[in-house]
Amino acid sequence: MGQQVLLIEDEPNIAEAIRFVLARDGWQVSVLADGARAVAEVARLQPDLVILDLMLPGLSGLEIVTALRAEPATLALPVIMLTAKGLARDREAAARAGVSLFMTKPFSNAEIVANARAMVQG
Amino acid sequence: MTALTGSRIRERRVLAGVRQADLAQQAGISASYLNLIEHNRRMVGAAVLARLARALGLEPEVLQGGSSAGLIEDLRSAFASGAGAGAGESAAEIDRLEEFAGRYPGWAGLLAAQHRRAAGLERSLGAMNDRMTQDPHLAATLHEVLQALSSVRATAGILAETDDLEPDLRARFQGNLAADAERLATGGRALVAYLDGSERLEEAIAAPQEEFEAWLGLWGWQVAEVEAGQSAALEAEILGLPSAAARVLARAWVAQAIADARALPLAAFRAALAELGPDPALLAARFGADIMAVFRRLAMLPGAKYGLVLCDGSGTMTFRRAIDGFALPRFGAACPLWPLYTALSRPMAAVSAVVDMPGQPAPRFAVRAYCQMRQAGSFGGMELREAAMLIWAAPDREGDALPVGSTCRICPRGGCAARREPSILGEGMASGGA
Repeated sequence: MGQQVLLIEDEPNIAEAIRFVLARDGWQVSVLADGARAVAEVARLQPDLVILDLMLPGLSGLEIVTALRAEPATLALPVIMLTAKGLARDREAAARAGVSLFMTKPFSNAEIVANARAMVQG
Repeated sequence: MTALTGSRIRERRVLAGVRQADLAQQAGISASYLNLIEHNRRMVGAAVLARLARALGLEPEVLQGGSSAGLIEDLRSAFASGAGAGAGESAAEIDRLEEFAGRYPGWAGLLAAQHRRAAGLERSLGAMNDRMTQDPHLAATLHEVLQALSSVRATAGILAETDDLEPDLRARFQGNLAADAERLATGGRALVAYLDGSERLEEAIAAPQEEFEAWLGLWGWQVAEVEAGQSAALEAEILGLPSAAARVLARAWVAQAIADARALPLAAFRAALAELGPDPALLAARFGADIMAVFRRLAMLPGAKYGLVLCDGSGTMTFRRAIDGFALPRFGAACPLWPLYTALSRPMAAVSAVVDMPGQPAPRFAVRAYCQMRQAGSFGGMELREAAMLIWAAPDREGDALPVGSTCRICPRGGCAARREPSILGEGMASGGA
């Protein structure tokens, strides 16, 4: 059984592509398109890694990470944030919220796989 | 050369009924070396390929892969632009590009086309970057384009890299790719409409300098009345400019251009240009003219393909005439590596350089830059400096070139010591220090 990743991404085609490449790399992938249910899903699934978009319906990626960092159980949970916004202030806000790694779209499949592996090995 | 050039040589040799040893002899290489080439274990150089082609009665392009060579190069470029983390895996896949193109020529063509489209959209993105920060509607459109680009890149990567993809999954990803291509097309059209919408020109243009440059652009940067010295005839056109500040700039430019045309008469200037080439120093000496006048005249010459940037002592661009492939930022500072700034720091020294802009392949340009100083009024008055950089497409790609960009925010170059801030594109973001 591979490690478990929760992917929170509201762009269905991007979510499908990431799900495919990670599943092929041996991950158990759960996908969620709605930010509002993210924190509850993390508590239920207890994934090894969370990959989430910055801009999500319901609750933004930053709000989700802030909520996760407020819980002892998910204080150290690796979180990769994806975004099509590449502004320095977004990166800084992500770092302040407790994001482990910030990836700017568009990225290659090899990058997402390599970074996902690095997060759980590190 | 491509990975399967050797296979084509072998195929053509066998087809022609020529023995390996005979062909090797005719091409002036050993039979064992030809054997290695034919089994794609040695890359064949251009000279040897030409001799082999001649011996087989073929054009070298046929052995290189003919029209598919362009497709392979496009695919290679697509992979190169995506190289980053996991470069080792990408390298392994690059070796199989020809196999991919051979097995799925239609999808390989689509992937290459998507890559070209993505490159084009990235250029559009760069050109519009400054507006993006000021216009929420545009920011939303660009965000949509980037989302579609992300999806195209990820999906195309799966299609290209997964040999054993099940038919239903392949069909599904192909469907996603087609849908995202449509999103890209829609986003691209929206961006173009925004940029080209003449009815929105006035509201889209923010600064008087832009109004003035757009006005010159409408004339094709060449104004016949200037050659005839008829400034009065242009006044009605100048009055059509939206802002008073732009009208001031336009009047100053017309007066300057008329003076330049008098100092450098068109026919004589063209003849000298044909004889001496685009060397501002030589041309200025020939006419006893101001070297800055030569820079301006070259850029405004009817039919000429020169770009021109002028800046003041602070480095602020005061005039911009762009040419294809050399993007000039609308706001903020340009790439600090531009020879324009080398000239600015070394007044009265002629700066000559060859530069590469980012791209696959990198657009290459020849540039000449110069900075002139002048004293405003009497001794003790202000000391002013103005620098000029003339830009034109380099005639060939031989030799080294200085890698430059447009402005840091849209420059994808990684590891640039001159970077001021992270880029919104690719590697520049990852390696940005700011």
